Amino acid sequence: MAGTALRRRLTWQVATVSAVTAETASVRTITLDVPDWPGHQAGQHLDIRLTDEDGYVAERSYSIASAPGEPVAITVERLDDGEVSPYLTDELRAGDDLELRGPIGGYFIWAPEDGGPLLLLAGGSGVVPLRSIVRHRERTGSSVAARLLYSSRTLDDVIYRAELDQPANGVEVIHALTRHQPPGWDGYGRRVDAALLAEVAWPTAEMPLAYACGPTSFVETVSQALVQSGYPPQRVKTERFGATGGI
Amino acid sequence: MEAVDGNAIGGLLHEVFGTEMTNAASICGTCGDARPVAELVVYLQAPGTVVRCRTCDSVLMVFVTIHDRTCVDLHGLAVLG
Repeated sequence: MAGTALRRRLTWQVATVSAVTAETASVRTITLDVPDWPGHQAGQHLDIRLTDEDGYVAERSYSIASAPGEPVAITVERLDDGEVSPYLTDELRAGDDLELRGPIGGYFIWAPEDGGPLLLLAGGSGVVPLRSIVRHRERTGSSVAARLLYSSRTLDDVIYRAELDQPANGVEVIHALTRHQPPGWDGYGRRVDAALLAEVAWPTAEMPLAYACGPTSFVETVSQALVQSGYPPQRVKTERFGATGGI
Repeated sequence: MEAVDGNAIGGLLHEVFGTEMTNAASICGTCGDARPVAELVVYLQAPGTVVRCRTCDSVLMVFVTIHDRTCVDLHGLAVLG
């Protein structure tokens, strides 16, 4: 069945926005009703296409925030100089149409049979596909241990904060706030680097499986540190967003 | 423009090759570096989409789309698939 899904044609279709939820001041989760959705895997993304009145077209990729089996949702961070994200976060309302194609990707994905323990490393909105993985783990009753290390600028920038404050059994959430920490903060108050990873990462003897997602510089730093510490490169999956967003 | 990686062109590659390609193997024709397409270096804002080797920086693939037609140059790859 998976093979069939992989070979299906990827075509643009019109989805309808069913809900827009504020996650932070600049981040929205957009839940979509997609008429022809074959189902997705945790970690996949979809492409959004906006067409201007004069025919100008802009396309962007967004990670799918929901678990397989849940309604399709994306979480979008507003980039002030962006062509697409300000429309998605500020203008879009329930009932609006949105052109998309997906699901996309066969590399940055996780299923319970892939095992773990899981080391999930998020920089800013890089947490989105990792949230799908965490929810998928819970919904499938997987007992694979998971540790999410999530770098944000401030506590107010943390996406899915309420959800991550109540993690499922076997899931550990560790925050690093790089710019400002509230009084009494007991998480990390600095950037994620090799030294911080050495404190948080599963020992290599446990055969961990790592997923790193976020701005390119963040993903480079953490993936190189993991490989240098002995993680096999094949066990470190990476997804780089470019320079966009803050961590 | 900072580089992204091969995950970002999963949709484009699916359109061109008719199947999921981010987990496909690639081998650089210059240095022989082997890795999944998802891990290659991708520039989206070049004239067209440019894919480079993560080890030696050689150009592996170029995609240019005009009026719904995509021109594909794979000259830098030894193996794809």
